[in-house]
Amino acid sequence: MLKFALRRLGVAVLVALTVSLLTFSMIYLSGDPAMALAGETATQSDIENIRRVYGYDQPIIVQYLSWLGNALQGDLGRSHYLKTDVSEVIFARLPNTMILGGTAITFALLLAIPLGVVAAIRPNSIIDRIALTIAVIGQALPSFWFALILIFFLGITYRLLPITGTSSWMNFIMPSIALGYYVTPGVMRLTRAGMLEVLGSDYIRTAKAKGLRPVTVLFKHALRNAIIPVVSLAAVQFGFMLGGSIVIETIFAINGLGFLAWESIQRADLPMMQAIVLVLSIIYILITLLADMMNAWLDPRIRVN
Amino acid sequence: MPNVTPTPEQSVEPTAMSAMRKRVFGHYGIIIGGAILLLIFGMALFAPYLTNFHPILDQDLSNKMVPPMWHDGPKVNPVHPLGTDLQGRDYLTRLVHGAQISLLIGFAAMLISGVIGTTLGVAAGYFGGRVDMVVNYLITVRLSMPVILVALAVVSLVGSSLWIVIWVLGLLIWDRFAVVMRSTTLQVRNLDYVAAAQAAGCSKFRIIMTEIMPNIANHLIVVATLEMAHAILLEAALSFLGLGVQPPAPSWGLMISEGKGMMFFDPWLVGIPGAALFALILAINLLGDGIRDVTAPENRN
Repeated sequence: MLKFALRRLGVAVLVALTVSLLTFSMIYLSGDPAMALAGETATQSDIENIRRVYGYDQPIIVQYLSWLGNALQGDLGRSHYLKTDVSEVIFARLPNTMILGGTAITFALLLAIPLGVVAAIRPNSIIDRIALTIAVIGQALPSFWFALILIFFLGITYRLLPITGTSSWMNFIMPSIALGYYVTPGVMRLTRAGMLEVLGSDYIRTAKAKGLRPVTVLFKHALRNAIIPVVSLAAVQFGFMLGGSIVIETIFAINGLGFLAWESIQRADLPMMQAIVLVLSIIYILITLLADMMNAWLDPRIRVN
Repeated sequence: MPNVTPTPEQSVEPTAMSAMRKRVFGHYGIIIGGAILLLIFGMALFAPYLTNFHPILDQDLSNKMVPPMWHDGPKVNPVHPLGTDLQGRDYLTRLVHGAQISLLIGFAAMLISGVIGTTLGVAAGYFGGRVDMVVNYLITVRLSMPVILVALAVVSLVGSSLWIVIWVLGLLIWDRFAVVMRSTTLQVRNLDYVAAAQAAGCSKFRIIMTEIMPNIANHLIVVATLEMAHAILLEAALSFLGLGVQPPAPSWGLMISEGKGMMFFDPWLVGIPGAALFALILAINLLGDGIRDVTAPENRN
């Protein structure tokens, strides 16, 4: 287990370093960063000045290493627009994104797992068909359009829920549904397939033959094993949601990282954009690392391979 | 006793082709998905001939926001069956031209990501060892970076045009191709006919092209449909946020974005392009699921 954990950790560190290098090199996508920063009216000496102040005159490898060194100490640079420390703003905004991601994945799991289980117990029944329909629709529904539909009906026409902001828990209901619904099909299909496989296995037949109550067999024996791959999928999807929250946060004006990313793009605030991409990538790497560790702990076969 | 000679239909087992034909035309997903996709494809192909208006140039500010024909009211005009937008442009015209953008972006981005992902995945699965390690590492790096965010950032830095959006998406969404092609190649690589080709002295390139590729083609097609749908959804989201296809182009995502301010009074401005987007993605997904069911019946659950 220790050997597996160390190797997995090594890969995670390597991936994080590569992501940081890619994120850093974003500033050179637009050509000369000093020129972009100075604006169109700047003179040549202004540009030279900016180049020196921000260190753009140094060799790229020196720039990267000093940026990385600062990032490791929690210093992600200064925002060009807000004129404050990037990390301060990011950590102020991060909780809203985490709350949204958490409620969205909870909504998705609460909808998907029961439907998947019931669909597996009674294949081809009405409930299986309904579950399949929900999955097919969920995969095809653009999340931003779904969000607008929710706003139109629940927010404007019937005035049941607030449309923008984060002032109460009610504000998170519509964004969570819009963000979580897209994840539902995958989780449901995996739960259904896993349950179908487990329910056909020998140890379930043994458990039934022993005369255990069907509920015990279903939840204590079957679901526990079928849920393992669902846990890793949920972890991966949670990571994707944090990145995908940019659309939903912008629509509902939720003051999280996604909305911040959109604002920073509008303001051409490069250090902020870089930091958001980096932070979200690191969170994803950590989540998948934890999920892999947990799986290896639950299922010894993974460790050997 | 008469000598009964069996007619060909009775004596011959159904051929692989006829069995396949029967499976294809008996599959609701393929029929419905195929029909919708064909309709949208036709819309895109014949867009200039379907209406009497130009999607961008024919603006008529005295005739803006005409409701579609199923509404009542004095402004409803049969000349504009789906109404007009905020600048008085015919909504049906913009809708059918928008189909061109969605299909082009979906198809081109899918091709780019398909070439990248298939090359990496097949190489990893066939050669294994170091190659496999490097490809797995690349996949992990790619998955760690949030697609929409990176796409938005890159487009905002490089500038946005139709082809930039296509290239950025194509370079970002190859991961599923790589993952699926790697695992299917692993399954095929150790089969007897590959060993036979190796024994016959075929080159590695030839083995991959003539032995491996044809046998993983059905999985490739399924991933291709999924990724085409994925690219179309991403383009719509980028355009909705204002960083994809730029106005005045009639991208469906952009049309939703332009209409959302008037959503409370004229919900159809958002409803029509959104429904078109939903129908297109639904059709591609149904077709993809159907192809998977039909080509690999043993994988059905």
